[in-house]
Amino acid sequence: MAKRSFLIPGVDKRLLIKDSLKVMPDVTRRRFIAGGASLGALTLLTGCDVVDSSSADALLARISKFNDAVQDFIFNPDALAPTFAESAITKPFPFNAYYDLDDAPEVDGKAWKLEVRGLVDNKKSWTLDELTKLPQFTQITRHICVEGWSAIGSWTGTPLRDFLKLVGADTRAKYVWFQCADKDGYNSPLDMRTALHPQTQMTFKFGNDILPRAYGFPMKIRVPTKLGFKNPKYVMSMEVTNDYKGGYWEDQGYNSFSGS
Amino acid sequence: MSSLTVTDEQISAKPKVIQPAWVRVMHWTNAVAMILMIMSGWQIYNASPLFDFRFSHDITLGGWLGGALLWHFAAMWLLMVNGLAYLVTGLASGRFARKLLPITPAGVLHDVKAALTFKLSHDDLSVYNYVQRTLYAGIIVVGVLIVLSGLSIWKPVQLHWLVTLFGDYPTARYVHFFCMAAICAFLVVHVLLALLVPKSLRAMVIGR
Repeated sequence: MAKRSFLIPGVDKRLLIKDSLKVMPDVTRRRFIAGGASLGALTLLTGCDVVDSSSADALLARISKFNDAVQDFIFNPDALAPTFAESAITKPFPFNAYYDLDDAPEVDGKAWKLEVRGLVDNKKSWTLDELTKLPQFTQITRHICVEGWSAIGSWTGTPLRDFLKLVGADTRAKYVWFQCADKDGYNSPLDMRTALHPQTQMTFKFGNDILPRAYGFPMKIRVPTKLGFKNPKYVMSMEVTNDYKGGYWEDQGYNSFSGS
Repeated sequence: MSSLTVTDEQISAKPKVIQPAWVRVMHWTNAVAMILMIMSGWQIYNASPLFDFRFSHDITLGGWLGGALLWHFAAMWLLMVNGLAYLVTGLASGRFARKLLPITPAGVLHDVKAALTFKLSHDDLSVYNYVQRTLYAGIIVVGVLIVLSGLSIWKPVQLHWLVTLFGDYPTARYVHFFCMAAICAFLVVHVLLALLVPKSLRAMVIGR
């Protein structure tokens, strides 16, 4: 305690501190009041310049990748999305897209064929008739939109994992990548563990009706363990792949795993 | 920061430390995390409003839903890790019990009356009055609730037992919203009182 040390040569530390003390509370206060309601506060804390938006974007993108890994880690392939009674179905079920219903794809069910590509044994294309002959199941689950709203619907179709087995897909591959008929080319990757989840479904019916145009005729992939935008409608092709091919919303910044 | 530490050592013999360093660091970390969460949360809310209003774009963070979600799910780590460390340290060190308890209805009533007539004493900042105790204990509970309801909204399938705690998914969203509203209300009172008693603000910055 007794030994006198010098921060700046020739300047008494005690005197220096005494002087700076008078100033310090004010400065600190001013800095955090100025920064408190803005990003400045984060700059103060981390010392990195978050006002530079490109570096902030890069950091946020990295954290989003980290969040993908966290969600993959906590994803339990046996955890089922809650199912509901028919009376709980939301009526009318909302139509939601980045275009108006009038601009929704009008797919000719007779001409339509599901293209199957990538790491599969059998690359044959499937007609709607062939697909709807496969065993079908109905599930009533909650559709949760990335926007926050949710709605309960009834979807009927074939478990995707049964179809993947049928076409001899390499289920060790990382993704099933869907391409759709939406304008501007909608597409979305689905991680293989989710693709193999028992509730992930190739959907052909909504309620008791053939899947209406609003909800993705002729085929939608219903994934109750994902947010709505990871439930592609108007599906034209699926590709089993190890490459991350991006997606319509994923490329614009929505978290890619987006599991629920 | 280092100069502050030196200052602490130098003058430690004189006034006592009201807010220890860990409280100050966690308090301001939480302040940053909360502001990021609230401002990005408002932008997320705007994508599908629960009520008949939207938050002005000027006070939201992220620019659009996708940007706001990136901020929200980044700042949540700061909020959760810091909040958890705060809870553990506060409980283990006995600070919560020492500072926030007991809370008695009579005490609260007395101090609310005193506060509204500006007769509440702030001579000893190291002792919280009953109004402070109630607000600080209450906001910790709200903090826990907002994280739990947030987790329910984020992982309604993986954590469906947590969703059940709130009722269902839409209810968890409302709980999340009202917790935010409670925190904002707290923030207004908290900042106002800190400005009215500036030495309490000083204590949260330099400790004394």
